[in-house]
Amino acid sequence: MYDISRRVFLELLGAATAGATMASGKLSDAADAAVRLVRPRPWYEQRGGVQKTYSYCDMCLWKCGIVVSTVNGKVVKIDGNPADPKSNGRLCARGNAGVAALYDPDRLKKPLIRVAGSERGDGRYQEASWQAALDYSAERLLAVKQQWGGPEAVAFFGHGTADGWFAEYLPQAFGSPNTAKPSVSVCVGPREVAATLTYGRAFGGHEPVDWDETNYIVLIGNHIGENAHNTPMQQLADARARGAKLVVVDPRFSSVAMKADTWLPIKPATDTALILAWINVLISEKLYDWQFVEQYTQGFGQLAESVRENTPEWAAQITDLSPDDIRAVARGLAEAKPRAVVVPSRHVAWYGNDTQRNRAIFILNALLGSPGRHGGFWIQKAPWIEEYPHPAFGATADAGGCSAPGDAGGAVEAAAPHETRPRADGGDGIKFMTGSVAIQELIEPMVSGSPYPIKGLVNYGMNLFHSIPNVERTKQAVRNLDFYMAIDVLPMDHVMWADVILPEATYLERYDDLLAQAHKRPYIALREPAVAPLYDSKPGWWIAKELGTRLGLGAYFPWATIEEYLDDRLHTVGSSLQGIREAGGVLIQKGQPYIEDLEAAKKPPFPTPSGKILLYNEKLKAAGHDPVPRYVPVPEPPAGMFRLTYGRAPMHTFAKTQNNALLSKVMAENELWLNTDAAQTLGLTNGQYVEMENQDGVVSAPIRLKVTERIRPDLVYMVHGFGHQAVGLGRANGRGASDVSMQTRYALDPISGGAGLRVNFVSVRAASVEPVQASRRPGKAALLRKEASA
Amino acid sequence: MTRFVMAIDLDRCLGCDACVVACMTENQVPDDAGARLRMREVVMGTFPKLSGEFRPEACFHCDDPPCVDACPTGATFQTIEGVVLVNEDRCAGCKACMTACPYGMRYLHTEGYVDKCTYCYHRLKEGRQPACVETCPTSARIFGDLEDLNGPIQQAMANARSVDRVEAIGGATPSLLYLNSRVLGSRRSLGEENV
Repeated sequence: MYDISRRVFLELLGAATAGATMASGKLSDAADAAVRLVRPRPWYEQRGGVQKTYSYCDMCLWKCGIVVSTVNGKVVKIDGNPADPKSNGRLCARGNAGVAALYDPDRLKKPLIRVAGSERGDGRYQEASWQAALDYSAERLLAVKQQWGGPEAVAFFGHGTADGWFAEYLPQAFGSPNTAKPSVSVCVGPREVAATLTYGRAFGGHEPVDWDETNYIVLIGNHIGENAHNTPMQQLADARARGAKLVVVDPRFSSVAMKADTWLPIKPATDTALILAWINVLISEKLYDWQFVEQYTQGFGQLAESVRENTPEWAAQITDLSPDDIRAVARGLAEAKPRAVVVPSRHVAWYGNDTQRNRAIFILNALLGSPGRHGGFWIQKAPWIEEYPHPAFGATADAGGCSAPGDAGGAVEAAAPHETRPRADGGDGIKFMTGSVAIQELIEPMVSGSPYPIKGLVNYGMNLFHSIPNVERTKQAVRNLDFYMAIDVLPMDHVMWADVILPEATYLERYDDLLAQAHKRPYIALREPAVAPLYDSKPGWWIAKELGTRLGLGAYFPWATIEEYLDDRLHTVGSSLQGIREAGGVLIQKGQPYIEDLEAAKKPPFPTPSGKILLYNEKLKAAGHDPVPRYVPVPEPPAGMFRLTYGRAPMHTFAKTQNNALLSKVMAENELWLNTDAAQTLGLTNGQYVEMENQDGVVSAPIRLKVTERIRPDLVYMVHGFGHQAVGLGRANGRGASDVSMQTRYALDPISGGAGLRVNFVSVRAASVEPVQASRRPGKAALLRKEASA
Repeated sequence: MTRFVMAIDLDRCLGCDACVVACMTENQVPDDAGARLRMREVVMGTFPKLSGEFRPEACFHCDDPPCVDACPTGATFQTIEGVVLVNEDRCAGCKACMTACPYGMRYLHTEGYVDKCTYCYHRLKEGRQPACVETCPTSARIFGDLEDLNGPIQQAMANARSVDRVEAIGGATPSLLYLNSRVLGSRRSLGEENV
């Protein structure tokens, strides 16, 4: 650390005060005087007045450990918790901006009930007491259950930390299997199904890449840095500094592509061809890890036969890459194996064939011998902790989520659920083969009543109009409901369609359930309030308990206070609420990350039916799918149109943060990326507002054009989450355009139920209307972030 | 003698803006004012032969800073360790320093004085790192004493493939060090890149 010497401070004092005297003569006084002359006077100068609270972040779904500093009852600064395995004391832009989420003046402040006689979407509400709003909600939900044949007629959607209460606990207690999260079928679902069909277990949402020891990293459409999950950003930077090679496969020169040793600007939708060619090279040049393949896999002969024709020359024709570049990466991987990883990405619902593409990735890694090996992938283990005892559930729910596997750490009371109607998303082999509930397939029963009507919806923090493709269909579904309730922090687009709106406290104002994080060293983390809830908002756990009790499910909430609940659970791991506070907010346990750890414990490293990695999968064959992944072309954009792709900006999370004062300041609106030559052909210039029209004639809101060399000419790209149409969001309303509004189509993955979203095509032209200006201030995005091209 | 400088390893920086926001909360920069710190993305070449990087920018804490000379009230001054500060009680908000700074690293605070990066001087006093350094997810930022031959700055410079400063303009001689730039050196002028 850096000591400022006595002399330095005397000099500073002299310069700053031009001759002020040091009456007391004490150094500390002089230093204080000097520093106080320089604005702004930092909050922690109020000595002794800073209260620190351990918690974990909720600005994205990564859940980094944080330390919240509060002065005089006001949260002033959030820092990373140095004891936390995910933040390591550091935070991204969003984590730093949490204070502006807490003090967002546009927050929902009181429970609201839609005015009788108004239409959903009119936005006409009257304030209500919690008592009245909860009584009314319970009455309406019970009426739906009564009138429409049982509890399955109510669906539950959730997204956010407290979604465990609303998308897992409540629906199971209530008796509905129709519960879903967007983090599955429009995100990681196909990957987790592919992992299960290949390695016998889900891969895990906190990607178990052994960054510390790997020497060769391949990212395919994976945007570390734009998708600013804190830990992989740290780990990738450290790995590269160690000398690990980085290959980035992306049609766009993304942030992480700038860091790559090799950037492969692949033609969109052809990734599977590239992966199969790498498999072909490993096999044909005998570069694979034969010992690993012999010991841990089955189906190698069928795989070799299947990829025989998939040479680099074959793939080059399809992918628009050179055969030499393709071959060089395969050889690079082979040379580094098993300390080599082709990283399975997070959002993989691209084209409807996504389980097969991810299976190809898992097979490729198996040939490198990387699964369960140092420098490859480690194996996630959930921390041990008991669930709170509860009566038998009325249904088994499979909402999944991006933190799978291992959310259930301890023993859950196993009792056969009551007889329920099967899940309504067709995920029991009707519409798709396997996997957690597909959220977009629960919209159909709301519209058509098939296979049976869903007439009630409880929505916890899930942005209905910014996450599920075909927004018009979703709006029609909501119109058809008997009852729709939303629990949220902000008056988002979809919230202002609800019959009852319940204002939740932000993560800085509430307890939540413990974070039981499956990890290399699994751990338990605490969320505690730094300040009391503002306005008339309430914590999610309280809302779930009060609503549940009114639904006749009081027995499922036997604890009086959340502190009692947390304390009791923590006692099962030999700690307590006070104990975890004293431990710095985190309790770390021992993991079993490598094959040798599991074998020593007599556990199968790859728990498939045969105990081997399935290069060839009989179950897929029996269900009519390719047992070994094949390249199947997908439709290409017609002349004059571009494939619409989308992604993340590091300062925003989905459609959740666009109204945050700090984050809006660094990025107020999104841009449409278009290749320089393509823009020239269309006569469009950098910075002008344009609009998109998709294949179904839907026209987007105006969006600023970014003319750039950083993208191939056959696609456009935009950051997801903008284009809010919510008058209550002062900063976000009418800024930028929504990618989901252009996704009128999706390709259903017949294996996992994933909704492939990159199958929409758009034309681009000058905007025909002015952009809606938000009420407060013009955007500064252009001012703060400039791109210079030479 | 101590010379505080910052070095930023551009090979590590992913342009995530964590530093930008941490600076705003640490220094309570008003929402409706400018910023002490900003992120620039620089890309050169034509598809698919491209190189690029993110380059965070804030006050370069120049040697012989022209802003100090330009200030009519003596509000802008440089400490003995090279940190350029503004005494807001003396600042009249005349913006002479903003005109004098060739890099545009100052902004007018809503309370009428000019504000800029202080290297979080108030934290240095407590033995802490600047907020941007502490939060940076990729550990791209290094802060310390240039004159300390065993210190983190000299160590980082010794390990870097390249060390660059942005071009001196109008007598301003930036002290901030950019390590491992893929762009600077081949194209040194900040002015040109703004085109």
